[in-house]
Parts: sequence; structure tokens; C-alpha cells
Amino acid sequence: MPNNRLNGRPKMPQRTVQERIRDFDEVPLGLEKWAAIEEAKRCLQCKKPSCMKGCPVEIDIPGFIGLLAQGKIDEAVMKIKEKNSLPAICGRVCPQEEQCESLCVLGKKGQPIAVGYLERFLADYEREQGIDLQKMPTQNGKKVAIIGSGPAGLTCAGDCAKMGHKVTIFEALHSAGGVLIYGIPEFRLPKAIVAQEVDYVKSLGVELELSVVVGKTLTFDDLLQDGFKAFFIGTGAGLPHFMNLPGENLNGIYSANEFLTRSNLMKAFRFPEYDTPTKVGRRVSVIGGGNVAMDSARTALRLGAEEVCLVYRRTKKEMPARIEEIERAEEEGINCIILTNPVRFVGNENKWVTGIECIQMELGEPDESGRRRPIPVPGSEFVIPADTVVVAIGQGPNPLLLETLPELKLNKRGYIEANEVTGATSIPGVYAGGDIVTGAATVISAMGAGKKAARAIDDYLKNKS
Amino acid sequence: MVKIIKKEVLTPQIKLMVIDAPRVARHAKAGQFVIVRINEEGERIPLTIADFDSEKGTVSIIFQEVGKSTIQLGELNEGDHITDFVGPLGKEIEEKNFGHVVCVGGGVGIAPIYPKAKVLKKLGNRITSIIGARSSDLLFWEDRMQSVSDALYVTTDDGSYGEKGFVTSVLDRVIQKEKIDLVIAVGPLMMMKMVSLLTKKYELPTLVSLNPIMVDGTGMCGCCRVTVGKECKFTCVDGPVFDGHSVDYDELLARQRNYLEEEKRAVENWLMKKAEEGVHHAK
Ligand SMILES: Cc1cc2nc3c(=O)[nH]c(=O)nc-3n(C[C@H](O)[C@H](O)[C@H](O)COP(=O)(O)OP(=O)(O)OC[C@H]3O[C@@H](n4cnc5c(N)ncnc54)[C@H](O)[C@@H]3O)c2cc1C
Ligand SMILES: Cc1cc2nc3c(=O)[nH]c(=O)nc-3n(C[C@H](O)[C@H](O)[C@H](O)COP(=O)(O)OP(=O)(O)OC[C@H]3O[C@@H](n4cnc5c(N)ncnc54)[C@H](O)[C@@H]3O)c2cc1C
Ligand code: SF4
Ligand code: SF4
Ligand code: FES
Repeated sequence: MPNNRLNGRPKMPQRTVQERIRDFDEVPLGLEKWAAIEEAKRCLQCKKPSCMKGCPVEIDIPGFIGLLAQGKIDEAVMKIKEKNSLPAICGRVCPQEEQCESLCVLGKKGQPIAVGYLERFLADYEREQGIDLQKMPTQNGKKVAIIGSGPAGLTCAGDCAKMGHKVTIFEALHSAGGVLIYGIPEFRLPKAIVAQEVDYVKSLGVELELSVVVGKTLTFDDLLQDGFKAFFIGTGAGLPHFMNLPGENLNGIYSANEFLTRSNLMKAFRFPEYDTPTKVGRRVSVIGGGNVAMDSARTALRLGAEEVCLVYRRTKKEMPARIEEIERAEEEGINCIILTNPVRFVGNENKWVTGIECIQMELGEPDESGRRRPIPVPGSEFVIPADTVVVAIGQGPNPLLLETLPELKLNKRGYIEANEVTGATSIPGVYAGGDIVTGAATVISAMGAGKKAARAIDDYLKNKS
Repeated sequence: MVKIIKKEVLTPQIKLMVIDAPRVARHAKAGQFVIVRINEEGERIPLTIADFDSEKGTVSIIFQEVGKSTIQLGELNEGDHITDFVGPLGKEIEEKNFGHVVCVGGGVGIAPIYPKAKVLKKLGNRITSIIGARSSDLLFWEDRMQSVSDALYVTTDDGSYGEKGFVTSVLDRVIQKEKIDLVIAVGPLMMMKMVSLLTKKYELPTLVSLNPIMVDGTGMCGCCRVTVGKECKFTCVDGPVFDGHSVDYDELLARQRNYLEEEKRAVENWLMKKAEEGVHHAK
């Protein structure tokens, strides 16, 4: 048996750096069956499983792991799918180390159960073996409109359909999945997997209408007239923030959303076979320290950049990206320039970016978020040469739909105010969840919100008739 | 998927298509645009809604063949389908009686100026239109523009039709002669810049419709950003119509050239592919 364990916990086999930075194929390879079963056997099957408290969609973790340990793979998959219709995605992109795994009792003394790896294994196994789980629910004809096909919308749609409602998802883009399809790169979440999870939701009877921008193509009034009785808004936090620094509109400066959308949704990495181009110079700087920044940096590398660095104003400890992703980025040769903040962009006579003028930072007192506030060191300006810059400093709520619904109550930051338990908004029958309520968060919290809203929508529709 | 129900060749390089798109037609307003993606490999290109008929559920687009996507679109025929046709996007122009409005359309910009002139005429504005192109074989819709204008002037750069010269020289003359309440200009960036410089001198309110490179068209990517006043605006959601005197044209001109090399490669690559297929067919 190969030695790929760490205190009992299996290590995820992954492709070598040399191999993986040349293409967009997935980096981690997944556990083999024997390794997954071995790991499942390590679970203590706790009576009061603390791990479950860390899962926003309340998967019966000991339940599915117990079945896997007995080799009952089909049943284990079904156990997960009771609560989570997108396990192949969560098994890959959930920050497990902060959620379910961080609360596993085994983690106190040794290594927690690799819940995420096991979830991924089961979902992949199901897909590869083609286990047939579908039972088409009977529909009672109540029409529910879901706006946005990100993880929040897909989950809410799937659950509403399972409760017998007639669900239609309206999506502005030409592909379903939200950030899963346009943001997170292929090498971290293969698009074929997203497509299959979307197909699964469709197989539950959910209709999917692409290229429909609600608020423009169809208004809320149109949907009411079409007989929709309840609504779920899951439009995400898709508005890219810029830094509002001089020179930010120079050629060669992208928002992370644009950079990633060109590559993922539009498949610019296969230009000219696909029509959408993208441009990556020799030296790429990515500004930010979250998942979005890591994805942009690693994408730039795969698109042929010679040197890629991350510019972050605090230290590595404060970076919001998943540890696993920071490690992989560094392994691939991405250089983190910390305690550094841009003050302006420098360009040439053709208005192409040539560098970022930065200032050094030091950490001061903690701010509202509890992280130490970075403060500039006077006189420490220097220039980082760059011919491509990706600004990955965060996103806000896209106002496009919200502007058409003035009666919908928003909070100070422009996100929808929704009840934490039900997702109910200030308009009866209209529910909301995911990034459009919380601000940029995680796939699984968006799914959790979609799930809760589905329950509330079901109650609402029952009481209504 | 939408269907092309009518195709008209307006000039050798400019084509009109009437698209069956009831949902887009229902809410369409003058000033708005659609995003078109021809097929699965296609890019998302913005095209103005040149005309629409809410009752028939149709939307007209007019495009000039300048690169791979527009050339390929031009090869489609009546009965063919387009994979994605999203809209109506962007903000409509303010619909009210301003008084005397001068509508300036340059080149393929005649297409987006037409619906604006049409709706403003309906609202009781006096419309003076000035349309121009490099030469006569790039001119179209003179008759339509005539039908929505109280006065119409036509120019060509080379004098092959109408008056020889630029739209700006006619505009200057009209300004000297008449009181104007609003100027709307749509066309190549350079033309919009020149019009704005001219009207700035006379402090005439001026609207232009910008055409930066876009991706999603819904405010998600920031590719279409422009500096208007001191602010960064996203053309697809904040525009495409802006105050002509506040736009940083030079920045936008540079941004439009972002992908020149790639655009060239795309056309060459595609023509080669087609030639190869042609050889195949011949065998
Ligand atoms: C690059 C990147 C990497 C990330 N990595 C991770 C990770 O590793 N792990 C993790 O847990 N989280 C990650 N996240 C965060 C996570 O993806 C989001 O929190 C999650 O996708 C939010 O889901 P959502 O359903 O609320 O919205 P989104 O996924 O944003 O989906 C919203 C959808 O609504 C559509 N829409 C918007 N407006 C309209 C309209 N008017 N009409 C119709 N449709 C509309 C949009 O086109 C979009 O498809 C990452 C995010 C990014 C950008
Ligand atoms: C809101 C809006 C409305 C528009 N309406 C129309 C219209 O009604 N009719 C029409 O013919 N065109 C219109 N355009 C321009 C049209 O989108 C471009 O001509 C088209 O994207 C070119 O694609 P291509 O692949 O054929 O050419 P490409 O190979 O992409 O480009 C070829 C040439 O066109 C230039 N170009 C590329 N994109 C644009 C652009 N967005 N605007 C201007 N030049 C560009 C390039 O710099 C290059 O010189 C509009 C653009 C916007 C933003
Ligand atoms: S969905 Fe995420 S949090 Fe829940 S069990 Fe799976 S990996 Fe853990
Ligand atoms: S806490 Fe850990 S050991 Fe206990 S049931 Fe959950 S995964 Fe198994
Ligand atoms: S085209 Fe993406 S924000 Fe305007």
C-alpha cells in the first residue's frame, strides 16, 4: 500500500506541478475506492456528531460515512443527496477545513476525517458508474421562479421540485452554474461536473431558461402574470470592485471577473477555436488574497505567463483564500508580495499598463473584522513591473435586478435584507439567499440558504391556497 | 435559440437582420442593445436594437462586417438560428419633448440613431438628422431617416453621394442657423469625439452612445468601463448613452484596440479553416 497518509488521514493524490501548469485539467485526482473505504472506517460514528454542526446543509455525515465503510456506495450517495444535490461540487470547493472537518472530534488529537474527500469520491463514483437515483417527484402545479442559477438558485430549485412544485430557473448568462461556471476555473472544478449537477437538477423536472436577464428581458410583473406564485432571488455578488486608482482603465488591467469569465465561461484558453480572446503578458500581478485572487493567478500561469505574483496588503496569515489553494499556488511558483498596497497604475504611451506603483504596509491595531489593520509606511513607494494586472479585491451586489424592485428592502451595503431562517424578504412570496444576501461567501452557504428558502417557499405556498 | 426571419444586404458590408425575439421586443426601448452569440464557440458581441416591433415580436439588428463574429453572422441566412440573443440591455434614452433635436449618425451608427429619432419625433420633437459615411456604398436607411426627420442632411467623406465632407461641418452650419436643444451622436468614436468637441464650444447638451468591447453585458465583468466625468462607469448598465462632453474618448479609443492582434488572428484562422473545408467539398 503506498504511503500516502498523514496520521491515518489519506493525502489527496494530485498531479505534479510540471504537468499541471501547462493545461487546465483538474489538479487533485480524487481518492481511490480502497482509500476512501479505509478512511471511512476511521470515523467513530459519534452519537452526537459535532461535524454535522459545521455543514450548512446538514448532511448526515456519520450516516453516509458509515454506509461507505460497509462498501454500500449507492446508499451512501443517496444519503448525501437527501440533503445536498451538488456533492461533486461541495466535495471540491467547500472550505472543509473550516466547516465540517474543523469540528470532527478526531481533529482534537489527530487528523479529522477527510469528509470532503469522501463526499467527492462518492459523487464521482456515482457519476462514473452512472448510478440511477432519479425519482421524478409528482408536481402539484404551483409555479416557483428562481432567479439566478448559482449554487443558491440550483439548490432552491432542486428542493422545491422535490416538494412537488413546478420550478423554472431564469439565468442571465448562456450557461447555468453562476460562479461555478464563470468564476471557479476548470482545474479546480471541471465544468463537465457542473453541467452534470445541473442536469441532475433538471432531471427533477426543473426548467432552465438561459439568456434571460430578469429585470430586463422579463420583469417581475411578467412573471406574476405568467402565474408564478413564489420567487427566489439568488443573483449573487457579481459586481466587480475596482480600486479607483489613477490608471486603472489602462489596457491590460482586468477585473478578476472579466479575466476568469473570459477563460472559464468563454473558453478563451482555447482561442482561436473559441472566439473570445484574452491577453496575458509575461509578468502578471494579481491584487488580492482570496480564492478569487488564487484562481486568477493560477489561471494566468496556465495561460502562459512567465512570472505571476500576488500583491496583498496584509500578511499570508490573513489571506482569506483556502490554505490548500494558497499552498498549491505557491507550489506552482506564484510569488506572494505581502504587506503591499497599490497606489497607482503606470502605463506607456499606448495606454498599456507597465507596472503598479505600490506602497509598503505594516500591521496596526485590529479593525472591525478582528484582523490587524494595514497602514502605509510613508516614503516606501516602489514599482512592481507588470504587463497584465488582475484586480481581485472583492465583489458587490449587482444592482441590475434590484433597481427594478424599489419596494425590496436592501441593507446599507446594498444587499437584500432577508430573514436568516427563511430567506423571506420585505415582499411577501419573494425569498432570497446566497451572495446577494450575505455578500461574497461560500458555495455551501449559498446552498444552505437555497435549502432553507425552499422549505419556507413550500410552507408559504401551502398556506396560500 | 432565435430565428432569423429576414435578411437584407444594405451595403456590401452592412447587413440587416430581423430576428424573432418576442421577449426582447416586448420591453425594447430606443437606446438599448442586445448581446449576440452566434454558436457554442462564439463570443458575446453587443449590437444595438435598430428597430423593433413589440406586436410582431421582432427585433432588427444592423451590423458592419469588421471581424470574425460579424463576418460569420453576415453569412447566416433567413431561417438560420442564432444561439443566444440577450436583451434588451442598457438604459433607454430619456423620452420627452426637448424641442429641437439634431440626430447625427455616422456609418453603421445610422442604425442606432434611427430608433432614437423615431421615438423623439413621435413625442413632438423637431428632428434634424445628419447622416454620413466614408462613401456612398456605406450609406443606408436614408429613406427611413427621412421619414422620421423634419430635415435630413447626407454627407460622404469622398463626396460620392450627398455633400462632400464630415457630418461635423453640416452640424456646425445648423448650429449657426438654428436654435438647438439637444444633439445626439452615434457612430465611430472619433466622430463622436469631434461632434462633442464642436458642441462643447456652443455649450449644447450632447448625448453619445458608446461602443466599448463587452463580455457579459450585465455589469458583471467591468470590461466595458469608461471614464465619464471623473467617474468609472460600466457602459452596459450605466449606458450606453452618456453625456458626450464628459467622456474620456482617448482612453476608450485605446481600450478598443486591446485585442487587435487576436482579432486579426481570429479572422485569418477562420478564413483558412473555411478554405480548407472548401477544398474538402471540392474533392
Ligand atoms: C473565482 C471564485 C472562486 C471561488 N472559490 C470558492 C471556493 O473555493 N469555495 C467556496 O465555497 N466558494 C468559493 N467562491 C464563492 C462562491 O462561488 C460563491 O459564494 C457562490 O457561488 C455564491 O452563490 P450564489 O448562488 O449566491 O451566486 P452566483 O454563484 O454568483 O450565481 C448567481 C447567478 O445569478 C445570475 N444572475 C444575476 N443577475 C441575474 C438576473 N437579473 N437575471 C437572471 N440571472 C441573474 C448570474 O448570472 C449568476 O449565474 C468563489 C468565488 C469566486 C468568484
Ligand atoms: C452598445 C454597443 C452597440 C453596438 N451596436 C452596433 C451595431 O448596431 N452595429 C454594429 O455593426 N456594431 C455595433 N457595435 C460594435 C460591435 O459590437 C462590434 O463591431 C463587434 O463586436 C465586432 O466583432 P467582430 O468579431 O466582428 O470583430 P472584432 O474582430 O472583434 O473587431 C474588429 C474591429 O472592430 C473593433 N471592435 C471590436 N469590438 C468593438 C466594439 N464593441 N465596438 C467598436 N469596435 C469594436 C476592433 O477594435 C477591430 O478594429 C456596438 C457595440 C456596443 C458596445
Ligand atoms: S457539504 Fe461541505 S461542509 Fe457539508 S459535509 Fe460536505 S464538505 Fe462538509
Ligand atoms: S465528528 Fe468525526 S468521527 Fe465523529 S461522526 Fe463526525 S466525522 Fe465521524
Ligand atoms: S460588459 Fe461586462 S460589465 Fe459591461
